[in-house]
Amino acid sequence: MKLRKLVDVLAAPLLAIVFSLVVTGVILASFGANIFEVFSRMFDYGTSTRSLTLITNTATTYYLSAVAVAIGFKMNIFNIGVNGQYRLAAMTAAAVAGWIAMPGPLSAVAAILVAMFVGALWAGIAAWLKVVRGISEVISTIMLNYLAIGVISYVIVQTGIGTEVKLNVRGTPKIQEGARLAGYALIDPKVKVYGFFFIAIAVGIIYWVVLNRTRFGYDLRASGLSPSAATASGVNSKRMVVYSMLASGAIAGLVGLPDLLGKEFSYTLNFPANYGFTGIAVALLGRNNPIGIAFGALLWAFLDISSQILDLEGVPREIVTIMQGVIVLSVVVAYELVRRNRVRTQQQNVGKALAAATTNEGSK
Amino acid sequence: MSDAQNAVELIGIWKRFPGVIANSNVNLKVAKGTVHAIVGENGAGKSTLMKILYGMQKADEGQILVSGKEQVFDSPSDAIDVGIGMVHQHFMLADNLTVLENIILGSEIRKGFRLDVSGAKMKISEIAKKYGLELPLDEYVSEFGVGDRQRIEILKVLYRGANVLILDEPTAVLVPHEVDELFKALNDLKSEGITIIFISHKLDEVLTIADEITVIRTGSTVGTVNPKTQTVTAEDLAEMMVGSELPTPATSESTVTDKVVLDVKDLTVTAHGGKEIINHVNFKIHAGEILGIAGVEGNGQAELLDALLGIEKSTGTVQFLDQDISDWSTRRRRESGIAYIPEDRQRQALLLDAPLWENRMLGHQTLPPNSKGFWLTPRSAKADTTRIVSEYDVRTPSIDVYASALSGGNQQKLIVGREMSGEPKLLIAAHPTRGVDVGAQAAIWDHLRAARAAGLAVLLISADLDELIGLSDSLKVILRGKFVADADPATVTPKQLGNAMTGAGAAA
Repeated sequence: MKLRKLVDVLAAPLLAIVFSLVVTGVILASFGANIFEVFSRMFDYGTSTRSLTLITNTATTYYLSAVAVAIGFKMNIFNIGVNGQYRLAAMTAAAVAGWIAMPGPLSAVAAILVAMFVGALWAGIAAWLKVVRGISEVISTIMLNYLAIGVISYVIVQTGIGTEVKLNVRGTPKIQEGARLAGYALIDPKVKVYGFFFIAIAVGIIYWVVLNRTRFGYDLRASGLSPSAATASGVNSKRMVVYSMLASGAIAGLVGLPDLLGKEFSYTLNFPANYGFTGIAVALLGRNNPIGIAFGALLWAFLDISSQILDLEGVPREIVTIMQGVIVLSVVVAYELVRRNRVRTQQQNVGKALAAATTNEGSK
Repeated sequence: MSDAQNAVELIGIWKRFPGVIANSNVNLKVAKGTVHAIVGENGAGKSTLMKILYGMQKADEGQILVSGKEQVFDSPSDAIDVGIGMVHQHFMLADNLTVLENIILGSEIRKGFRLDVSGAKMKISEIAKKYGLELPLDEYVSEFGVGDRQRIEILKVLYRGANVLILDEPTAVLVPHEVDELFKALNDLKSEGITIIFISHKLDEVLTIADEITVIRTGSTVGTVNPKTQTVTAEDLAEMMVGSELPTPATSESTVTDKVVLDVKDLTVTAHGGKEIINHVNFKIHAGEILGIAGVEGNGQAELLDALLGIEKSTGTVQFLDQDISDWSTRRRRESGIAYIPEDRQRQALLLDAPLWENRMLGHQTLPPNSKGFWLTPRSAKADTTRIVSEYDVRTPSIDVYASALSGGNQQKLIVGREMSGEPKLLIAAHPTRGVDVGAQAAIWDHLRAARAAGLAVLLISADLDELIGLSDSLKVILRGKFVADADPATVTPKQLGNAMTGAGAAA
């Protein structure tokens, strides 16, 4: 039973990965590249201690982004606005930590809380529009992404909050040493694992506990599985939309912080911009499951980092983008196939149990 | 063995679903150029039979003959090919397309790569003229009301070459004068040689329009009557529909107390557009009393239940155990001891893609054994699910399977078991034994009786009139959102009750 469950969980992603390897292999072969050579070079490069550290750090960011998206997915809400939410949140957090003098650790805590608050606020606008005006959150969060970009540019360029951090680069002032979560050299002596890595793990645990062990989580999942049954069970669907959107936004607010507090220390206009969409892909890959998402984030980060060697091999690095795309597409299909298969086997099992029970009664 | 005079003939049709037999040995002959009505209670198997005839489902046994020739349908398109078309109860039209576009959608006439719009238009106008179904073809469907939309649906089916039309509850959505127009159109169609199969449970309408009427009860055909040659009354039909074979679920001596549990005053539910679905309804239920509501489905029962649960907005006052709960949320009502067995269990009472023990929590997720304060308590919830599974004889290999894996009857047993847990004060139940086998039915009745003796107040809605009469301490009849009659379950017969339900006569 346990083994069978494990097979059920792993079947879909493994199928998808194998399929995408085949597709990329065919494409590589059509370039005339040596497939095995390319893959083994990627693997070697990707498993060096330096790369492993970078992969861990990138996966930390992807993980937070995917959890933010997954909270919405769990009740069929599509938060496409993680991009806007985290950038605005990171900018505000950077400004608070950069401008306001506080003892170091307090400054870091303040940055985290501010980021969560701003992320929730920005997502809350979409929630409010949905509940009060019936506007699809897909549309409003996408538009809020663009609004966020505009607001950030204005604040950094036009107001006193932005200063010249480097030559010709405007941003928030550098965050002081004591407030940074630069991390620890755990894997490689020269590169540090982000301090936020541990916060991401904590977020994953909290996500699992809240979802599976609290009434709130139950209401959220019920709303996603069947809105009508959830309503009949006493869930206030509008309130649920607001809560889940706020929660999603709050986690989204954290997405920029691993980079901000671990590497950049200042929010500039060059701050990494597209973690939100990666989060959607990783959430799909991990099927909104905290452990699944962790594997998804690591895989995605591995592909991103290990692809850096490809340029030296004379293979376009974009091959990895193709690979990632194929993985997401095929994983969605594979999950659906596995799901149907499970429903069928369960029905068969119940049918068998029923038949057995009837025969027993008949023989009595 | 069969003649080509029959547009459609069904011989020995059987259809089984897990745990339920939907059709058993159905035989039906529909003569060409007639209106043939099929009547029966909800759940009697009318819809399944029509789905089989329209190729949406496959019969386990039996033959389908169209114009005397045997046919096997794998999909609706096979049925359409031999001229059978169906107009569903819920229209399938795209609002933002014109009438013409809706009609040709899916079977467009092409001229090379282009749509032959003018050709299609000519063909449709011809059909419309022939059958008296003229409509402005270039207007958007969103401009039309329900009656016209139905005509568009009929035209759509005729355009595909149907000469046998199946109409599933066509009058359910219409107001009286639209019904008259529909009947006029049907008569026109008939005179042009179209055969019509008309599914309904409104007996007065059936008697007006049908040339022949076949009655279905618990999955089998019980008889065919010809209202044009025989004198048939709505009472006769009601009797045929309801029958009285099941053992009556009689309750023993009355346990009704004088403690009022539910006191409803002037309850009104208004639909979008201002129609009152529940129209100023008043009633009381006492502890230990089962109040039965008899009525043909769609007369406001579902809305009444939803209003009492706070799911549907309503006006008027609802008093529960001396407290005015009119403004309470659904959750507060449920926490205070109102149990709910809804009409549509898959939609309102189950999470199909969740294990049984999580379904045990649904609707009770704020109370023990499912949770303690903020936290869920899966262990005790699982233990209690195991108890329900054994006490209510839910046939399942484990409590970890998904609810979707169970048959309808077993799902229902789980729901009843869940709702009877935690000592509710009031049970609001629709069709508590629908789809369950006879043994489990008796067990559910026993549980209800025991809870009633312990002081449970029950609002019971059921299509099974024997169940309703047998269990209830008092009865009310609902018609178009109003209580139109009271009946004494000690003296009323299913036939009298059936008449009152369809508006054909008064109850005792």
